Amino acid sequence: MLRLIIVKTLRALLTVLMCVTLVFVVLRLSGDPAETLLPENTPPDTVAEYRATWGLDAPLPVQYVRYLAAALRGDFGISFADNRPALYVVLERVPATLLLGGTTFAVALLIGVPLGIVAAIRRNTAVDRAVMAFAVFGYSTPNYFLGILLILLFAMQLRWLPSSGSETWQHMVMPVFTLGTAAAGTLARFTRTAMLEVMGHGFIRTARGKGAPPGYAILRHALPNAAIPVVTVIGFQIGGLVGGALVTESVFAWPGVGRLLVNAVSGRDLAVVQTVVLLVASTMVVANYLVDLAYGLLDPRIRGGGR
Amino acid sequence: MSVVMGRRRAAIPPAILVALAWLAAMVLVAVLADALAPHHYTTQNLRARLQPPMFWGGSWAYPLGTDSIGRDMLSRVIYGIRFSILIAVLGTLIGAVLGTVLGAIAAHRRGLVEEATMMMVDFQAAVPFIILALAALAFFGNNFWLFVLIVGLDGWERYARLTRGLVLSAQDSGYAVAIRTLGAGPVRVYAGHILPNIASALVVQMTLNFPGTILLETSLSFLGLGIQPPLTSLGLLLASGRALLLNAWWIAVLPGVVIFLTTLSMSLVGDWLRDRLDPTLSH
Repeated sequence: MLRLIIVKTLRALLTVLMCVTLVFVVLRLSGDPAETLLPENTPPDTVAEYRATWGLDAPLPVQYVRYLAAALRGDFGISFADNRPALYVVLERVPATLLLGGTTFAVALLIGVPLGIVAAIRRNTAVDRAVMAFAVFGYSTPNYFLGILLILLFAMQLRWLPSSGSETWQHMVMPVFTLGTAAAGTLARFTRTAMLEVMGHGFIRTARGKGAPPGYAILRHALPNAAIPVVTVIGFQIGGLVGGALVTESVFAWPGVGRLLVNAVSGRDLAVVQTVVLLVASTMVVANYLVDLAYGLLDPRIRGGGR
Repeated sequence: MSVVMGRRRAAIPPAILVALAWLAAMVLVAVLADALAPHHYTTQNLRARLQPPMFWGGSWAYPLGTDSIGRDMLSRVIYGIRFSILIAVLGTLIGAVLGTVLGAIAAHRRGLVEEATMMMVDFQAAVPFIILALAALAFFGNNFWLFVLIVGLDGWERYARLTRGLVLSAQDSGYAVAIRTLGAGPVRVYAGHILPNIASALVVQMTLNFPGTILLETSLSFLGLGIQPPLTSLGLLLASGRALLLNAWWIAVLPGVVIFLTTLSMSLVGDWLRDRLDPTLSH
């Protein structure tokens, strides 16, 4: 287990370093900031001074090391739109996104996993087909379209729910539904497949054969074995939620990181964009790292030797 | 006809037939947009603004209604289909070619090249692609071909991972060894012999990727960061109807229904193809 943790930790750190390097390369490729940011007729000595101030006159390797050092200190530059350090601008949006994403994640898990289990147990019945139909609809419906349909129905026609903002719990209902449908559908589908695979194995038959009631056989024997593929998909779902949050937050004017990123991209507020990208990338690396470690806990075979 | 033959042919389920028909219709509309659209998609008629569709009190002149500056929604949806399908097809091809080539190179060279490629694959799989796409658009600005390229990069890692695995196992199979022994160079071995053998798995992967590519393009266009006016896309159309939902629901709902039916059809066809052609891919 220790070896596994060390290898995975090194890999995660390397991935984050790669991401920071990539952002640095892209930033330098995308043009000379002195030319893009300063007005066109800026006198040459002002341009030179600007370069010196921001260290743009130094050789690239020196700039790279400085960039890394700054990133380690959490210094990602100043947001043009806001005139404050980009890190603050981004961090103050994080709670709203975590609230929306966390709630959605919990709801999707609570709906998707049981649906998948039920579909697997009642294989080839109407229940199974209904769950699979929900799953296919869930991940085929574009979330911006689902969001707009919900607004049309529940905010404009029925006037039950507010269409934008984040003041009360009612504001969360439609964004959570919009964001969670695809995740719940995917989870239901994978849980079903994983359960069906496990239930075909001999040990379930053995458990049933020695007189274990079906419910017990499923809970005690099938679920723990089906957990590994499901945990993998849960890891991927976190990425899907982050991507989906961009659109969902924009549709419902939810004041989170996703909406901030969309606005920063339209305004080309590069400091904010790179902060969000690095933040999301590191979060995803950490999430995958935890999923990898969860494997170790769930599967004694992986715990032993590393992969 | 014997029962055995009937079973071997395994009739296409009706839902898949409908999905295939819808996809064929979409491709036809995309190809024949110029002939099918009754108006040009930018032609305005300010005297016919916000006309409802035909069965909701509209007229034959504008069967799907008009938008806020009197542009024919039918024509706009037709051209939206053309641009969205075009970008999705080009994007899928870009991702498939790039990923397949990188995957094959990784399997051929092994060692450091393989390690580096697989690390990039892992990284790409970990970070939601839409974030990277947005960052690229912010850093490099937006133009049509750059946008197509960015959309195309989505999913390359899946082809790379798949191809690497398939090539590694194909390399040791009898036919590849035989051809290599005959003195064929690597390009001939890969393109001429291994590729045809792994093609069905790649085609299944392309079908499964296609809905994601459409969703990526339409999402970015919906956010105003993809296709830029005066060009149009289904996502952009939907976004333009957002502010008018209460007065003119059709502007947002019609393109949304088209996107939904297209991604749904492609998902159904992709799942069906995977189950039929390539049992090893099913999870």
